[in-house]
Amino acid sequence: MSKPVFHRPKYLKDAPFHYCPGCGHSIIHRLIAEVIEELGIGEITIGVPPAGCAVLAYDYFDVDMGEAAHGRGCAVATGIKRILPDRIVFSYQGDGDIAAIGTAETIHAANRGENITVIFVNNSCYGMTGGQMAPTTVLGQKTTTTPGGRTAPLHGTPIDLSQMIALARGSVYIERTSVHSVRHILKTKKALMKAFTAQMNGRGFSLVEILSPCPTNWKLTPVEACDHIEKEITKTFPLKVIKDEIDADRQGPP
Amino acid sequence: MTDKVLMRGTHVIAESAIRSGCRFYAGYPITPQNELPEYMAEAMMAIDNATFIQAESEIAAVNMVLGASMAGARAMTSSSSPGISLKQEGISFLAAQELPAVIVNCMRGGPGLGNIAPSQGDYFQATRGGGHGDYRSIVLAPATGQELADFTARAFDLADRYRSPVVLLIDGMMGQMMEPVVPPEFMDEADIPYRNWILDGARGRPSRIIKSLILDPAKEEEHNWKLYRKYENITKELQITEAYQIDDARLVVMAYGTAARIAKGAIKRVREIGLKVGLLRPLTLWPFPARAVEDASRFVKEFLVFEMNTGQMVEDVRLALKHRSEVHFYGRPGGVVSTPDEIAKVITSLYYRLHLEEEQ
Ligand SMILES: Cc1ncc(C[n+]2csc(CCOP(=O)(O)OP(=O)(O)O)c2C)c(N)n1
Ligand code: SF4
Ligand SMILES: [Mg+2]
Repeated sequence: MSKPVFHRPKYLKDAPFHYCPGCGHSIIHRLIAEVIEELGIGEITIGVPPAGCAVLAYDYFDVDMGEAAHGRGCAVATGIKRILPDRIVFSYQGDGDIAAIGTAETIHAANRGENITVIFVNNSCYGMTGGQMAPTTVLGQKTTTTPGGRTAPLHGTPIDLSQMIALARGSVYIERTSVHSVRHILKTKKALMKAFTAQMNGRGFSLVEILSPCPTNWKLTPVEACDHIEKEITKTFPLKVIKDEIDADRQGPP
Repeated sequence: MTDKVLMRGTHVIAESAIRSGCRFYAGYPITPQNELPEYMAEAMMAIDNATFIQAESEIAAVNMVLGASMAGARAMTSSSSPGISLKQEGISFLAAQELPAVIVNCMRGGPGLGNIAPSQGDYFQATRGGGHGDYRSIVLAPATGQELADFTARAFDLADRYRSPVVLLIDGMMGQMMEPVVPPEFMDEADIPYRNWILDGARGRPSRIIKSLILDPAKEEEHNWKLYRKYENITKELQITEAYQIDDARLVVMAYGTAARIAKGAIKRVREIGLKVGLLRPLTLWPFPARAVEDASRFVKEFLVFEMNTGQMVEDVRLALKHRSEVHFYGRPGGVVSTPDEIAKVITSLYYRLHLEEEQ
């Protein structure tokens, strides 16, 4: 008898993902489900899916899920967490969702030190609506609304939301990772573990920004898309721990 | 029994909300309703499991309320006209996701920034849903301090019963006015009805989803008709009016909120000179009390609608009357508050112009 080494995580429903081949969302979903299972928090976790390609995340995660309007994930998560402080609350948001329309909600939730975990999936475009420019679109990147490539004078430079959030005193842990290779997938899982654990210990606002391939809108093959993250995207968005004050002696968040 | 206390309107709503089990408030400052969040901030400090958040915007506030409602709390937000425009996104989601919540709109002069004077310019916005999509919110229009207390308590019950946003539509005058009030009794939180749909973690039960995305048009249609049937029920069950001196009336004035109080003062004056005028005052604006209007039209042929806008409720009155009676309109938009004398003159002039003094 051989021992199974790969199985569906307990908190992923038995439903096929609708994501494109090579899309990072599927990998990230799996990692979150694994972390929830390993931390034993599946029965106390409430997730807040976004408007974006991951809008159907509630069809995959087998935990309570409450949909937020585009960009409002952190506001909705705030409401849930304040009522149920002993539950684990996470929001799952794309780069357009969190760094354009939801900037205010995110920065202020971080600044208040809301004890929630945010998963910020940065694929440098608006995936769901057909690949338009996102605030995170890198310079030179062609999108349907930057047909000549993004240029600083015309479109501004890519926004680094995670750095901005790091300035908010209520944020305790912010790391930028990627899912373009096995090594980085494993690192991403570690970061997620750390973020959820910080919340379990009541430390405050944690956020993991995950660079994620969108082969469809980048018009690349899945392999090329991963390569593109390694060679191009990480130049603008270097992978690193941006802030770690989990163990710092600080005034407790709410 | 609770004793009678002298309180301003905004404080009455806040105190009544807390007594009715409201444990989550989020809002953003805007005149003329700031005393409401300020009262909440102070009162909620004294309650262990209550949360007050001064949000970064009205959009954030209403979406926090939505989250709190998902998690099973009685939740409220308040604002004034420009802020209510921003809350429409959240109100549409509350309606779609069938979540209870109470939203106070202390209306001010508009459009745009307008001013901070009392107005009724947001009638359409409140009664037609306001946000996107095919939905309605229950809209309550109290006019006295006591009604503010009673209707705040009722708003939370209705929100729970129908799983729907409920709007308390008032104006700055009502918000500021000090009146003697008996606040509602403190509600035992255990008496809040059990909700089998909230998100509190899937312990010993299947996981739950609260959402409004329904990609299949046939299913979205089904959801719309389901909401519609709920709205039909509400329309049947919840039409509230006050009738004042309409039994012998030849002219019935229709007004709500502050306008109704002014109209009542005017009617008292014209009654003194023998004019047979009554007041029919809607306390629910949605559902609009069409039944009472229809009933009145059996014996009254002339209606005068008075609003602090350019004519919004008048459309609902016309719809309810189905041309059985004449509808006249007098309005003062922009934050102008008429005096009872002014309205008495309008009523008197109309009364004589229509020859209502003559026995027919
Ligand atoms: C208020 C509002 N504006 C616009 C949209 C349309 N919309 C849906 S998802 C989306 C952007 C998605 O991009 P992102 O957040 O980066 O997520 P991705 O699909 O790339 O994962 C937009 C603009 C919406 N749903 N709501
Ligand atoms: S469009 Fe991009 S982000 Fe959306 S599912 Fe496809 S690959 Fe993933
Ligand atoms: Mg994106």
